[in-house]
Amino acid sequence: MEVQKFSYDNKIVRNFAWATIIWGIIGMLVGLIIALQLAFPEFFNDYLGFSFLSFGRLRPLHTNAVIFAFVGNGIFMGVYYSLQRLLKARMWSDKLSNINFWGWQFIILCAVATLPFGITSGKEYAELEWWIDILITLLWVVFGFNMFATILTRRVKHLYVAIWFYIATFVTVAILHIFNSFELPVSFLKSYSWYAGVQDALVQWWYGHNAVAFFLTTPYLGLMYYFVPKAAQRPVYSYRLSIIHFWALIFIYIWAGPHHLLYTSLPDWAQSLGVVFSVMLIAPSWGGMLNGLLTMRGAWDRVRDDVMLKFMVVALTAYGMATFEGPLLSLKNVNMLSHFTDWTIAHVHVGGLGWNGMMTFGMLYWLFPKLFRVELYSKKLANQHFWIATLGILLYAVPMYIAGFMQGLMWQDFKPDGTLVNSDFLKTVDALHPYYILRSIGGLLFILGAVMMFYNLIKTAKAGNFLANEEAEATVTKNLDVKIKEGKEYWHRSIERRPIRFMIVSIVVVAIGGLVEIIPTMIVKSNVPTISSVKPYTPLELHGRDMYVREGCYNCHSQMVRPLRFETARYGEYSKSGEFVYDHPFQWGSKRTGPDLAREGGLRSNYWHYQHMIRPKDVSQGSIMPAYIWMDDENSLDLSLMEAKISAMQTLGVPYEKGYEKKAKGDAEKQALAIATNIVDEMYNSLPPKMQKTYNKKAEVEKMKTKEIVAIIAYLQRIGTDIKAIKKTEKK
Amino acid sequence: MLRFIKHNLTNIDGVEFYPLLSLLIFVIFFAVVITMVIRMSKAEVTELSDIPFEKDAAGEYKQ
Repeated sequence: MEVQKFSYDNKIVRNFAWATIIWGIIGMLVGLIIALQLAFPEFFNDYLGFSFLSFGRLRPLHTNAVIFAFVGNGIFMGVYYSLQRLLKARMWSDKLSNINFWGWQFIILCAVATLPFGITSGKEYAELEWWIDILITLLWVVFGFNMFATILTRRVKHLYVAIWFYIATFVTVAILHIFNSFELPVSFLKSYSWYAGVQDALVQWWYGHNAVAFFLTTPYLGLMYYFVPKAAQRPVYSYRLSIIHFWALIFIYIWAGPHHLLYTSLPDWAQSLGVVFSVMLIAPSWGGMLNGLLTMRGAWDRVRDDVMLKFMVVALTAYGMATFEGPLLSLKNVNMLSHFTDWTIAHVHVGGLGWNGMMTFGMLYWLFPKLFRVELYSKKLANQHFWIATLGILLYAVPMYIAGFMQGLMWQDFKPDGTLVNSDFLKTVDALHPYYILRSIGGLLFILGAVMMFYNLIKTAKAGNFLANEEAEATVTKNLDVKIKEGKEYWHRSIERRPIRFMIVSIVVVAIGGLVEIIPTMIVKSNVPTISSVKPYTPLELHGRDMYVREGCYNCHSQMVRPLRFETARYGEYSKSGEFVYDHPFQWGSKRTGPDLAREGGLRSNYWHYQHMIRPKDVSQGSIMPAYIWMDDENSLDLSLMEAKISAMQTLGVPYEKGYEKKAKGDAEKQALAIATNIVDEMYNSLPPKMQKTYNKKAEVEKMKTKEIVAIIAYLQRIGTDIKAIKKTEKK
Repeated sequence: MLRFIKHNLTNIDGVEFYPLLSLLIFVIFFAVVITMVIRMSKAEVTELSDIPFEKDAAGEYKQ
């Protein structure tokens, strides 16, 4: 037996703590801006109509900032603090810790420097371009290596349950990120998803759902198992339950991804698997929530005085609500109503603001006095923060629930004669206006609370004395040898002190679900019936599609008509999986702030689209769409990458004939000229005779064909038209 | 459930066995975890759940 002296690295914890707060406030502010854009679209169109501030570009910035910058830094902060103490060891390498910190901040800056400028891969919650994806992978390996090296050099024998959650987080996020990010670069700033259509959708939502599971949930559950007992000053309610919680959660969660694609063109069997496993998820989720809440047993009186415990209790309650609602939303009959509406937005914000937000605030209030060896500057202010944040969550979620229900029901409403009551989509948008305003107020309150915390913690830090290296000691016994059995023991006892074996078991458990869902969809042909009339996009349409991705149109418009009467009555024939075989990436979307576009092609004239893109409100009374005036700039149509794009598509298996890449640019220019001529003709016809005389058609066409707006019109006119040419050629 | 999967995988011999096997793996896995957890000794559970805490000489939790 030997007593060893060492120190904990608090500096890295402090750095991540500041980053969490600062990025949190920024990410939430971006969220507030886009909420206000929906509430006051005219103001933004008239005074702030810049491309980099448009909704479709800022919304990915918001989601990426709060998930990866706010929660991401929060994870590192909590893990770096608790891991060292649970293992009685300093992080294996301070250098790697610092690389992790500065590298992560650099990646966030890259996101800020790309997303608002339309540099995106167009897959929700994974929008960052290929080279940033590579940086993320490298950084994640640095984090994992440092964590494992620390675990392997620990001074305790057993790994506490929190660390299992950290290990599962590390391996699963690595798998998800790598598989979802397979992209073929076209240039430094542009790439195409390796997968297409249905497969891309399945991989994307397998990723998207499990990013929620393994980035927003499992690491925070690990932190909960450390910080809640510490704050309540008593051990976790049931360690036995925590073991079941862990295995059940990671085993089941990975299967549930397809519940984001109910009633879509995804094969039925995959949808059903998603539903069954989502319903089962309620058991481990509530097991974990109860375990956290019951840890407070006998300490409930302290919740009244201890602000950190208050935040934790609300966080756990929000976790319980969100994880009850999740399985509910995955039932097909509920999903039919909720999908594409603001109900989903309410759901994710109960999770994001309630579970992640409140848990992070609780950890920060607990950590600062410890790191700076001083009492919290103002408990009163912290209490005010608690109430204002709780109120903010309510004011955010309740209006969004109402908006979701209401719009979902309005879409489904039929008259007795069988036609739609709200055949004009905009009627259902108008009805949401007051709720969009209320939601913005809720968000504003939540941010105010965060700013109050920022002030409080700055004051605390200034008054205190930062302890960079915290002295500690541990008794190291011979017993530390993992090979020595402690008498009669069970298999779990033995793997939980062998981290590498533990990691492998976790990978196997996680991989089963992913493989069962993805492999059949990839290799079994009957999963995507081919439709012979579906042809690759023309070069100009492809360019327009890239603009559609660039502007983030998928943030508000779906391209997926579900096989439901109220959908087919509104949009036309339901979407078939074979229609998307050339879509790299898929653009089904997940929210309809505007109408579905899957059958948009050929519905309206080119001139209508032209006017609608640059002055949406003039054409559609009450539209809240941003005005895309920058697409109307002369010489904005840049076809220089055309050859590279077609080549890339050929590599991905899109059947353009050999050598077509050389002709592509010429074809694109021809199509641009045709569309430009058509628009100018219609423009001419709509003028009063007096003005027609002075109108120089030829010059206008010359100008029009250099504007990139013709490309997006080409694409919009193509969407969903191939199926109209179908002659019952669908293979069974 | 089976009818959704079957037509995709008909070229595999004895495909019906796979869902059964999956169900078995699933049930057995949890049966084993639960049995193991129930059979853990009280002392062991206490030792593990005390890992986050430092105790003073009297055995009380230190903050």
